[in-house]
Amino acid sequence: MRYAFWPGCVSRAGTPELYPAATAVAEKIGMELIELEQASCTGAGVLGERNEELVDTLNARNFALAEQMGLDTLLTICSTCQGVMSSVNYKLREKPDYLAKINESLAEEGLEYKGTVRVTHMMWAVVEELGLSNLKEMVVRPLNGLKIAPFYGCYILRPRYVLGMNEEHAHRDQYLEYIIEALGGEPIDYEGKLRCCGFPIMTINEANGLKMVSNHTLEAKDMGAHALVTPCPLCHLNLDEFQPKAAKSAGKPINMPVLHLPQMIGTALGFSVRDMGLQRHIVSTEPFIELSGMPRR
Amino acid sequence: MDVTLKVKRFDPETDEAAHFEEYQVDLPEYGAVLDGLLAIRDEQDGSLSMRCSCRSAICGSCAMKINGKSRLACKTMVSQLKELEGDVISVEPMGNQPVIKDLVVNMDMFWDKVNAVQPYLRPEGPVPEKEYLVSNESMMELAVAMNCIMCGACVSDCTVLEVDKSFLGPAALAKAFRFAGDPRDGHKEERLQLYTEPNGVWDCTRCFMCVSACPKDVAPMERIMDVRAMAMEAGLVNTRGARHVDAFASSVKHSGRLNELNLALKTFGFIRAGIDLAPMGIRRLFKRRLPPLMHKKIATAKNIARLFDKLGV
Repeated sequence: MRYAFWPGCVSRAGTPELYPAATAVAEKIGMELIELEQASCTGAGVLGERNEELVDTLNARNFALAEQMGLDTLLTICSTCQGVMSSVNYKLREKPDYLAKINESLAEEGLEYKGTVRVTHMMWAVVEELGLSNLKEMVVRPLNGLKIAPFYGCYILRPRYVLGMNEEHAHRDQYLEYIIEALGGEPIDYEGKLRCCGFPIMTINEANGLKMVSNHTLEAKDMGAHALVTPCPLCHLNLDEFQPKAAKSAGKPINMPVLHLPQMIGTALGFSVRDMGLQRHIVSTEPFIELSGMPRR
Repeated sequence: MDVTLKVKRFDPETDEAAHFEEYQVDLPEYGAVLDGLLAIRDEQDGSLSMRCSCRSAICGSCAMKINGKSRLACKTMVSQLKELEGDVISVEPMGNQPVIKDLVVNMDMFWDKVNAVQPYLRPEGPVPEKEYLVSNESMMELAVAMNCIMCGACVSDCTVLEVDKSFLGPAALAKAFRFAGDPRDGHKEERLQLYTEPNGVWDCTRCFMCVSACPKDVAPMERIMDVRAMAMEAGLVNTRGARHVDAFASSVKHSGRLNELNLALKTFGFIRAGIDLAPMGIRRLFKRRLPPLMHKKIATAKNIARLFDKLGV
């Protein structure tokens, strides 16, 4: 499959290990990613608080860039970008008059969004386009004996109608479990997996954000998880980077490794610690590395 | 249709902790969860406690957690649940509020928070001789929030209230929007000041839980975002939240992409950022994980800035 690719700003800055891990895994599983070099930030839900039409325009511009390259599917590795893009796309397709207005703004740059782009996230594409049985066949180092806690993040779960989950994709809230199982691991079930990581309020009410981090990671730990996996780099930022601080506030050690989804897939497909950037996390991933038996480089 | 309901029971007079009990009931194809609960109460255990009244999704009495999600028991069809979520249906009291008995929770906190946003019109100036006239458009925007039936489903699923009971919460803040946006009210600025204080609109995590839970499509989170926008519009920009939005916008306007380092510095202010973020910077340095210090513009950044200008941002 060929995809227009939007990595999101965080995959190269806040969590710089994600971009190389995701692109290496994509190549291995036969996803051809054609990066939208001139795409802009999607607004991440924040910009929309200032001006919704601006967010709709910026995202329509990104979709138009994909159309211009003759690509009908826009793939991202960021749940938040996916959430914003899906909701804007949903709105623009429902309101042709509004899309026409947006296109007037884009015309100055010689762009037009025709409404043909489909938005997907790597997690969805792995299940829906690559297929779990194909993924299974590619596994060279199954995650045997590893208990993994799925952590979805909000924007890839809600609102369901925007994400196609009221129609043909009703089970998108179980894909992490499907993928963990296909790789030979054991998904654990816990309350926190469908909740908020707390990242959006870290600059506003850090105490609350930290409580969310410690609640979810400690719950996963109590359930026996060796690691937690997420398709959202912002969840990763909060659950990994702020985990030491959250542990301090909670008054107990946590030490829960937090993996990006491509890192977990890459581990089972034979990549090394170095390839997947697992040595670059704030919370040590050593327990996971050792149990998985992956090579250092 | 045979239905298995797993109901969480708790009697404060005899139970130390809540426990699940399983019941089998026979319901017609169009039966709702509430019909199942009423059948249990009528035929198997008269002590099962719940709130319910209209059975038509209007009174807002029967919100409870069904298969872990807060919904109205009268509006939730059993056949649909069986098809999409499996044969056994679990029923629990709402979250974030203390349980009184079985499926009944104490909603005092809910009402206190709604009252705290002054949920009534406070017009200013002389009383007009006839009724106040408002345009249809201005009421259309508010109509969404007016659909609220005060059932509490949004509060039950709120992820912020789970960690902090002092947050005003989705129901009260959706109500806040309804009055701050009403053209007949004379205290918009005072209201916005109140709603942007700590525990107000800026404390929402934007997790969409309340949007999913609301049985009336009020989408409380969207209304909270509306109040944030109103507040910024009214010049209430000296909050962390507003500064964050501003810094975010200027970063994307300038380069087309988000400059995370700059965002943190501007949101926190340089001194606080220095103190707070330095330990993280050092940790990152050791992990070779510093974000690029020189933030690169995309080649077409000028086009992005023009779109910002065009919309006055």
